Amino acid sequence: MLLAIGSLAAIGATLGAILGVASRYLAVEGNPLEAELLELLPGSQCGQCGYVGCGQAAVALAKGEAAVTSCRPGGKAVAEKLAKKLGVTIDLSQHQDAVQQVAFINEDLCIGCLRCANECSSDAIVGGPKQLHTVIADHCHGCRHCFEICPTEAITMHLVPITVHDWHWHKPKTTRRH
Amino acid sequence: MKIFPVAGGVHLDYRKELTRDLEIVVMPLPRMLCVPLHQHVGTPAEPVVVSGQPVKKGQLLAAAGPGAVSAPIHSPTSGHIVDIVNYLAPHPSGLTQKTILLRTDGKDQWGELPAPIADPFTATPREIAARVASAGIVGLGGAAFPSALKLNLRTGHTLDMLLLNGAECEPYLTCDDRVMQECAAEVVNGARIMAHALSTSCIKLAIEENKPQAIKIMTEAGKPFGIQVIGVPVRYPMGSAHHLVKAVTGRETPAHGRTASVGVLVHNVGTARAVDHAIRLGRPLISRVITVSGGAMNRGVNIDVPLGTLVSDLVAFCGGFKNGTMPYRIISGGPMMGHMLPGLDVPVVKGTCGILALTAEETNEQPAGPCIRCGACVTACPSGLLPLSMAAYIIHEDMAGAAREGVEDCISCGSCSYICPSHIPLMHYFEYANGRLRALDRERRKHEKIKTLTEARQARLERIAAARREPRHTVTPSAVMVTPPATPPATPPTGEIKASA
Amino acid sequence: MNVSQSDRRGPFTHAPNSVRQTMLLVVLALVPATVFNGWLFGWPAIFLFALTVGACLAVEAGCLKLQGKPVIATLNDGSALLTGWLLAMSLPPWAPWWIAALGAVFAICLTKHLYGGLGQNVFNPAMVARVALLVSFPVVMTAFVPPHPLFTSGAPGFLESLRITFAGGFNLDTMSAASALGFIKTELSRGIPVSQSMTQAPSFLNMVSGFHTGSFGETSAWLILPGGLYLLWRRVISWHIPVALMGTLFAAGTLFHAIAPDRFISGPYHLISGATMLGAFFIATDYVTSPVSKSGQLVFGVGCGLLTWIIRTFAGYPEGMAFAILLMNAMAPLIDHHFRPRTFGRTRKGEPLPLKPLAGRRSL
Repeated sequence: MLLAIGSLAAIGATLGAILGVASRYLAVEGNPLEAELLELLPGSQCGQCGYVGCGQAAVALAKGEAAVTSCRPGGKAVAEKLAKKLGVTIDLSQHQDAVQQVAFINEDLCIGCLRCANECSSDAIVGGPKQLHTVIADHCHGCRHCFEICPTEAITMHLVPITVHDWHWHKPKTTRRH
Repeated sequence: MKIFPVAGGVHLDYRKELTRDLEIVVMPLPRMLCVPLHQHVGTPAEPVVVSGQPVKKGQLLAAAGPGAVSAPIHSPTSGHIVDIVNYLAPHPSGLTQKTILLRTDGKDQWGELPAPIADPFTATPREIAARVASAGIVGLGGAAFPSALKLNLRTGHTLDMLLLNGAECEPYLTCDDRVMQECAAEVVNGARIMAHALSTSCIKLAIEENKPQAIKIMTEAGKPFGIQVIGVPVRYPMGSAHHLVKAVTGRETPAHGRTASVGVLVHNVGTARAVDHAIRLGRPLISRVITVSGGAMNRGVNIDVPLGTLVSDLVAFCGGFKNGTMPYRIISGGPMMGHMLPGLDVPVVKGTCGILALTAEETNEQPAGPCIRCGACVTACPSGLLPLSMAAYIIHEDMAGAAREGVEDCISCGSCSYICPSHIPLMHYFEYANGRLRALDRERRKHEKIKTLTEARQARLERIAAARREPRHTVTPSAVMVTPPATPPATPPTGEIKASA
Repeated sequence: MNVSQSDRRGPFTHAPNSVRQTMLLVVLALVPATVFNGWLFGWPAIFLFALTVGACLAVEAGCLKLQGKPVIATLNDGSALLTGWLLAMSLPPWAPWWIAALGAVFAICLTKHLYGGLGQNVFNPAMVARVALLVSFPVVMTAFVPPHPLFTSGAPGFLESLRITFAGGFNLDTMSAASALGFIKTELSRGIPVSQSMTQAPSFLNMVSGFHTGSFGETSAWLILPGGLYLLWRRVISWHIPVALMGTLFAAGTLFHAIAPDRFISGPYHLISGATMLGAFFIATDYVTSPVSKSGQLVFGVGCGLLTWIIRTFAGYPEGMAFAILLMNAMAPLIDHHFRPRTFGRTRKGEPLPLKPLAGRRSL
């Protein structure tokens, strides 16, 4: 009886001491999760998730306030990575990727005011003052900021069409018979 | 001749007797041809003709597109261009692609062709490859990879063998069989020209043993030139380039590699014939031999079809469907690796090797049941994968898990789906997974690029702010700000030399 | 333009096989041994067989109904029929009705459907039922009887058989006998060497022909073996598991018998006694609970054979096949993970094959 109590007490004390030491020496400053999440986000500060930028979104994600699917430009790829990092399981089979959009400048309406180029976070709009601007589609991530700021409504958002080259098979719709 | 063992594979019901003994017929010219600009692996060709322009047979319609991988398109007959429109592609997606509509005039007049290369065996490999490229020749086994690029693999690889693929391991298809029987001399000549272009003297021709006639004829035709004909065992997917090379030479192509990395270049027999036409006659690739077959087709044929012929015209030529009703499935290619067509009004393209109209009994489709872990798919997989566990990952949307299991090594031969007693659409799962993995990869690359751009911009804005704070350095903001990044060169799509089954 | 999304990737041809066909082929291979042993053990055994199969089908139907899955379509796949059949073959031939009913619940409900139905179970349902019954009701489950062929003197009549199966059973003291392995084990525990007790155990000929005490379907090796060979010929099973299992059992038996004949049973005797034949060809080869790769199946077979020999030789139970198979069932996922085929174009470690410069190749 005494032996049992004694040995249990000893085990408890030893493990407690190890935990105590570990908490002191292996302590982590700040929240590393936020930095890791920020690394996963597109980093284009587009604000489509409802937060000011990707940093704030990462904080919200770490707190569990934002859904892993809230990054629209990131699509499934980012959502999956976030879910893995946060250890949440999500069913993305029904998740439709936000159809990729790119900005397009109607050259008849553009007055060369440079507002869109200044607003663009990824330098996808090129052009000088009083000159026509144009969008490099490959660099545009569809944040719509230029679309909203253009004074002459020269910018429209175009869908990126799916081509035969990009298309891939959907998941088989099987009526599983058990 | 020693045949090296290849793991996996399945024995199929070949059903080649439907068209095996039928001579190749020539398709009468249809009124209208729909010639897509993208009939090959790589970037689409770019049209050099305009609406209303009259064209002659063999005239260039569209030049090879930008990037390293592309092929030009030529006019299959004489007539005039009606329009260049977005037209339904012969692709399971049902999407459209840029297509030249050509109204034929029935005269079938040849235009001016490049002069034949009189003695190809004194021409340089570069000249031959250039002619093959300008003739728009692509792999006719189904992969449609530009052939000239394969011929150019001689630089950078040590090649010691040209292996002609006459395996034709897909059920129903007999077009390669007929080409070998009826055009043996052309195939041999094309093969010799390609071998010359590769600076190799060793030519072998692999034919599955269920084509004794073709083996006999090709052996005789090839004998004077030292072309060795090898009968390979009848087991699907023997026509997969990697597996054929393994069976014939014992050399195993490393993952993600090409057969050229083990010293062998594989070309389809139809491609050899096209090369012969391009070099000896100066003719570009404007028609090809395909098999029209299947239990729902009134009359099966082996037929030489102008590219751009609509499947509906072809079906009409073959007497329509049995009972006049739409068949259960209409397939482009063989039943194993082929795909469904989105309709009958789609054109025959360079990669089409057959049009099959199949009945429900022939396809034997059943609803999928639960996996009983019988391992038949594991035994059948020629790539040595575990299809059942890859499918389990994919069902749960775990693409990373499927990739760890090796889904990217899948050659989409369909042996697993064929043999599965529970009729689980395994190959469909793997195509889905590989499509998703590629899409994810594209997205990832785009995000990375945008991230770098954003970070560069942030850094620049900070520099400007810092410069403003320090008035001694007079840096005008505009001088720093407007740095139009040059459009990066379009990354060429990496073409794969896939199984030309 | 008639645009229709095609909903199906190929292939557009399929082997003429199905789960149902596979299951029925296995059942077909079991028929000769079943018929012969039905005759050998008489009406009580036939009742028990019918009850077990019927109970398994009923439990399967009930489970499917509860889960809202299609009942008839799933019953049609023949998997419950096969499970019931194998369970019946592994029971003592004159066991009472409630053994059949309870066995069906263990096998179908607890082992199969609680894990998610066909294809999802970790353990072989028939063997779980057998082992669960054995450890729960050791007396009833070891109450074997010597053969009482139908229409011979001493065989219980139809009505008496009904009483044996449904009311009270039979007189354990006068009727029951030990199986060959059980007899040798008991004698060994009494200090009688194996070499001596084996002379009193059923002869080799009786062991092969089925005329000895044992489970309902396990005694007639001469009929089970052709059934197994038939399955091999029809490619329902591959040789790897049966050969590895019996080879290991035979090798271990022969080796130790040569070293100490007084202590160890000989190799050939291991092969024809107990559940060896049935287990090797019909139970260890169960698709769901065995590894999928050929190398994995070899490991699995060796494991089953070795464990069977160890249990038969050293453990408290005279027969170890069921335990051995269940233990290896638990190992199957691990074996599957580690013993997989080599991917084409890759090394065993999964790296792309290194490029070897070939002799005599010219460099351009």
